[in-house]
Amino acid sequence: MEILVCVRRVPDTSENDIELNSAGNDIERDDLVYSINEPDNYAVEEALQIVARVGGNVTVATVGGEDDEEILRREMAMGASHGVLITDEAFSGSDGRGIATILKAFVQKGSYDLILTGVQAEDGGAQVGGMLAALLDYPFASLVNSIEVMDGKKLKIGREIEGGNKEISEIDLPCVLSIQTGINEPRYVGMKGIRQVASIPIPTFGVSDLGLDPSAVGEAGAKVKRVDYFVPALGKGAEILHGSREENIDKVLELVAAKGGLK
Amino acid sequence: MARIFTYIAQKGGAVDDSAFELAAAARKIDPSASPTAILAGWGADLDAACKSLGASYPEIWKIANEALAYPNAELIRKALAKILPSNSFVLVAHEHFGIDLAPGLSIKLNSAFVSDVLDIAGVEGGSLKVVRQEFGGQVSAHVRCDISSGAVITIRPGAFKPLEAAPISGTVVDKSADVGALTAGRRYLETVVAEAGDVDITKHNILVSIGRGIQEKENVAIAQELADALGAAVSCSRPVVDAKWMEKSRQVGSSGKTVKPKVYLACGISGSFQHLAGIKGNPFLIAINKNPKAPIFQVADVGIVDDILEFLPELTSKVHEMRSVAAK
Repeated sequence: MEILVCVRRVPDTSENDIELNSAGNDIERDDLVYSINEPDNYAVEEALQIVARVGGNVTVATVGGEDDEEILRREMAMGASHGVLITDEAFSGSDGRGIATILKAFVQKGSYDLILTGVQAEDGGAQVGGMLAALLDYPFASLVNSIEVMDGKKLKIGREIEGGNKEISEIDLPCVLSIQTGINEPRYVGMKGIRQVASIPIPTFGVSDLGLDPSAVGEAGAKVKRVDYFVPALGKGAEILHGSREENIDKVLELVAAKGGLK
Repeated sequence: MARIFTYIAQKGGAVDDSAFELAAAARKIDPSASPTAILAGWGADLDAACKSLGASYPEIWKIANEALAYPNAELIRKALAKILPSNSFVLVAHEHFGIDLAPGLSIKLNSAFVSDVLDIAGVEGGSLKVVRQEFGGQVSAHVRCDISSGAVITIRPGAFKPLEAAPISGTVVDKSADVGALTAGRRYLETVVAEAGDVDITKHNILVSIGRGIQEKENVAIAQELADALGAAVSCSRPVVDAKWMEKSRQVGSSGKTVKPKVYLACGISGSFQHLAGIKGNPFLIAINKNPKAPIFQVADVGIVDDILEFLPELTSKVHEMRSVAAK
């Protein structure tokens, strides 16, 4: 099975405090630690597990810039056969539809049975997978938390629905699936693994390679634009205890006893 | 302004709570709007749901089709694309069905798409300004969306308060014939109900709930020891389950369990809205997190900025100490 996984490099929220810049029009991006978007990593792992069972290749692709090569190499170190950087000045400022339009053009350059994305990016809207499927007229499922390859060009998939329940469906290939976190345990990648793929060339594709109309993508084609960032004033907030640890522990115990009926 | 539609999920004849929240969101986009609800399904359940919605929506579009007996997003997208007028606004709840339906629908309608909207900041000329959250709720963003060819918008559950209004007598318009036959590349087979698990976290008055801050599987014991001392249970947030440190049955949140404890000790939990959506009944919420900017501090009653890996064991010791004093 030929599998394409669409990945993104994002600021890592477990490593950073996300703060506003002084102008308030963006987050403070200096010194941010970036990493692969977490659900995308699960998507790559799932693709690798599928090809380990049924054969095939995994290609990872991202729409971005030079800095994004690092996540492609990371996923190649996990076992992806190919990394592709889809990059062009004209792609800058793309909204979800723009990214999906670019990916559609890339998908049509190749031949993929299955396309995976992460369920959502840290700064995204859980949108690109569903849009890409609609542009390609492929079936789509979101929040996928299990995949089984069936006979006859189809998959049996589980979706995470409310209350931890799982919706089981069959879906025809080729299709697009957005992968939920927790579907598998992504393998560890060490520095050694990344060094081993460091010299593998990563092909790039631009607007003309993909035969795209520059006005349909990037800033020019975007219907949706972020205006600014702000930190909302939400309610009164917690009463922060400023005592010593010992004082705080006493206070917590007193509160738990009073509010929770601690016996 | 273009006509506003809300897509309302229904199950067993009952409409989803989002019906009233989506109507409130529609009014915030256009105060003079009288949004039209669209319901899809089959049989008596669908008719019952349409009827009950007539008390709050002046017009309800019904799509009855045997293929929609189970809501399949691909089929419903195709049905909506056939019946919606051009340049429509379509509002859908941002939950598992909306996430399945809405992005592709915006492509087929050639309209703008914004997801997980918390608030409407206003309409200026041909654009709509909305509020979203990014980076796990650490920051919010204003997003401007070109609505000249309509928009598909998913609305965060709980973000819009339903409007109070006297019951009305709405009309059900049957659009089924306009939809025609429907086929999809994805076919529903069955629903597998979540396993019960060894501990029922929904039945405890006190929950010691752990998040990513617990750092590794071995540290779960720290929370368990505190819970044992307090007569509480250990629950957790999604990253703990994703990392396989605890069973899915312990997860609190929109994709896990809904709990109603009296006291909720959020330990090393950042406080995503999906997690908070699983905490009901307004418990006393105590948050312990070493990051003073964690969103959980915005909703907690009491907050402590500390490392849970040091704080919790000391708290446990103190409970034991207190117990032994009481026993004497």
